[in-house]
Amino acid sequence: MRVASEEELAEAIRSAAGPLRIRGGGTRPVGRPLAGEVLDLSGMAGIRLYEPGALTLVAGAGTPLAEVEAVLAAEAQRLAFEPADWRGLLGTEGGSTLGGIVAANVSGPRRVQAGACRDALLGVRFVDGTGALVKNGGRVMKNVTGYDLVKLMAGSWGTLGVMSEVALRLLPAPAAVAVLCLGVEGAAAAGAAMTAALGSPHDVTGAAWLPGQGGLIRVEGLAQSVTYRAGRLGSLLAGHGPLQVERDPEACAAIWRRVAEVAPFHGRAGDVWRISARPSVAPAIVAALGGEVMLDWGGGLIWALLPEGSDARARIAPFQPEPPALAALSAGIRARFDPRGILNPGLMG
Amino acid sequence: MEMPSPSAAILSRKPAIVARLRRVLPADSVIDDSTETRAYECDALSAYRCPPLAAILPRSTAEVAAALRVCHEEGVPVVPRGAGTSLAGGALPTADCVILGLARMTAVLEVDYADRVIRVEAGRTNLSVTAAVEGDGFFYAPDPSSQLACAIGGNIAMNSGGAHCLKYGVTTNNLLGVTMVMMDGTVIEIGGAHADAAGLDLLGVICGSEGQLGVVTEATLRILPRPEGARPVLIAFGSSEVAGACVADIIKAGVLPVAIEFMDRPCIRATEDFAHAGYPDCEALLIIEVEGSGAEIDEQIGLIRQIAGRHDPAVFRESGSEEEARKIWLGRKAAFGAMGQIADYMCLDGTIPVSSLPFVLRRIGEMSRDFGLGVANVFHAGDGNMHPLILYDANKPGDLERCEAFGAEILKLCVAVGGCLTGEHGVGIEKRDLMGVQYSDADMEAQMRVKDVFDPKWLLNPAKVFPLALSAERRAG
Repeated sequence: MRVASEEELAEAIRSAAGPLRIRGGGTRPVGRPLAGEVLDLSGMAGIRLYEPGALTLVAGAGTPLAEVEAVLAAEAQRLAFEPADWRGLLGTEGGSTLGGIVAANVSGPRRVQAGACRDALLGVRFVDGTGALVKNGGRVMKNVTGYDLVKLMAGSWGTLGVMSEVALRLLPAPAAVAVLCLGVEGAAAAGAAMTAALGSPHDVTGAAWLPGQGGLIRVEGLAQSVTYRAGRLGSLLAGHGPLQVERDPEACAAIWRRVAEVAPFHGRAGDVWRISARPSVAPAIVAALGGEVMLDWGGGLIWALLPEGSDARARIAPFQPEPPALAALSAGIRARFDPRGILNPGLMG
Repeated sequence: MEMPSPSAAILSRKPAIVARLRRVLPADSVIDDSTETRAYECDALSAYRCPPLAAILPRSTAEVAAALRVCHEEGVPVVPRGAGTSLAGGALPTADCVILGLARMTAVLEVDYADRVIRVEAGRTNLSVTAAVEGDGFFYAPDPSSQLACAIGGNIAMNSGGAHCLKYGVTTNNLLGVTMVMMDGTVIEIGGAHADAAGLDLLGVICGSEGQLGVVTEATLRILPRPEGARPVLIAFGSSEVAGACVADIIKAGVLPVAIEFMDRPCIRATEDFAHAGYPDCEALLIIEVEGSGAEIDEQIGLIRQIAGRHDPAVFRESGSEEEARKIWLGRKAAFGAMGQIADYMCLDGTIPVSSLPFVLRRIGEMSRDFGLGVANVFHAGDGNMHPLILYDANKPGDLERCEAFGAEILKLCVAVGGCLTGEHGVGIEKRDLMGVQYSDADMEAQMRVKDVFDPKWLLNPAKVFPLALSAERRAG
């Protein structure tokens, strides 16, 4: 079922006889496999408002991410949270949509400095499980009018309502970039280098470690400033390993695309785990995991490739189980936003 | 401002309720003498006052939980209070409520520079969070202008902003986790020193919920390494429109200053009389602050000078020393105090899209003439968060009402151009009855459903945020 307007969307939900599988671009089949009729949002597309001087974009939830990124690039702006492309990782095709990115709260390497997708999300319009149209937030970056359901919708994977429109804060694309490539072996040594960089005043916008490739530290901004900060970081990290600095924008972009896309694990056998951790405990987690790992967010995000469990997919909750008091709150919110349990039921465990 | 009438049943049971609170809290933590409860009768929206039934000042999460359990069982409303600096009446009591003050929970629980986090008790003041880490070169970014006095718990309740959020975001962007006590006494932990919590983003909805979902007792906050330096410039313009256009051009050019502040002529003149900062006498001025090393600052200011030059500024003043920087900020920081010297004023807090700035300023000027009340504008221009100050005379009958009516019209204008009722102060009671201007009943129903889940009996700060008629049934239980 494909809908092209908020009215059609509300009617589709009101008249649904059973569960709905809500689909943006279909590039992120994460969570429990779902049954039910597909509700395709690709018709809810189009940029409704773009004000470069106000750093604001409003667009239909089904708008292709690629279209948004192209329009922003023409004005030298971008989505600062660096939405990551997981098609290679998950073996999917097609293109991500803006609504799908928001529903999954997809945030790439720049999260350490610019925040997550939820931090850039200014407003949403959505239809809840009863068919009611709800708006929250708006298109301005300071807004404390009523509860912040905007954050609640980000990362709710369609289970509380189906978004029809989203408003996002943008940032200027930087004039220059530098990546410090640090020959550092092992998660503990990499963690120490990344912590030193992120603890400096040099406004690091990416800190990752790929086995075989080493540590990667990124700075962005005005040209002289990038040169200055790359130099200072070079001195700061001198004791951590041999250093090379990449200044070519294309090459820098390619390096961080590999990190965002978890490229080292593409096409590999096994289970990929995505672990959010306190950076300082990442080395201990990595040691306990075994297998192959890469680190992003200064160690706060661990990607691990582990041997495929015989029936792990069936047994392991795809989302971290919550303590009982939190699980009760989440279940209570779902019961009120989706009383019939028809919106991606069970996807989040 | 209408508040629900207090429950006679609760008022008559005061001795029993106080006795139960005394059994779970130390003697000095329960205040019920009517001369002492007066201290809690209002917050910074001091036009509205009402002493509470009692005030409690617990010293730990366990004490908060024990006290809330008592209030829950007794069906007594609870109004959480940080430092009482709310400009929206967020901590205004009702006669039948217990004020839960966080003033005795101020400890720093953990500082971790490797993970760049600090964990504090929620009564700790905003500025003293930075004070705990600045010796090591770190700071906590959100800086509401009440930061010397306001508590982190209140900042979380109102999702407070500040002058520097153009670069660093507001409270919700710097809050990583909380320990929170729910109305029934259940203690929950949400988030922590890691980036992504599992499941729904409950932390996101708790921040900014105005103390209606639970009482936050501890918070994990992101701290940042302090930039090497900062420098402000002052730019004067012949019209507000031109100043507004200059702001948009600076943002578009890819410079991201940490702050862009705007003042108009009435505000400039009042602050000059008061603070003598040496501001040029002009229609509008911008204070723009950039950060970094000396060379980085030079590079950014060079770009700003170039852009401003296209808008024919009357004055472009760059600070060459600490003292000059201080003088540039002096007038802005003194603005509210200066206005208080010449009149009573009401401070508004609407946000508008930056592109609407010239239109909105012109309309405010027209309305000022229609209402016969003066207005001074001083605000965070980079993010469109306006603080028009409406001047009135509290001793003149009818002036406050006219001022409130004027304020409401300005806020409606903010919504009409695509903005919102409140950018950083919160709804509280002040904007409660205007919520329908921005949100439909269905929009507010969705928000109230969240409160239903966290606080099914609607005992936590119940008469705030939502229009009373809309929440009546829920509050009646």
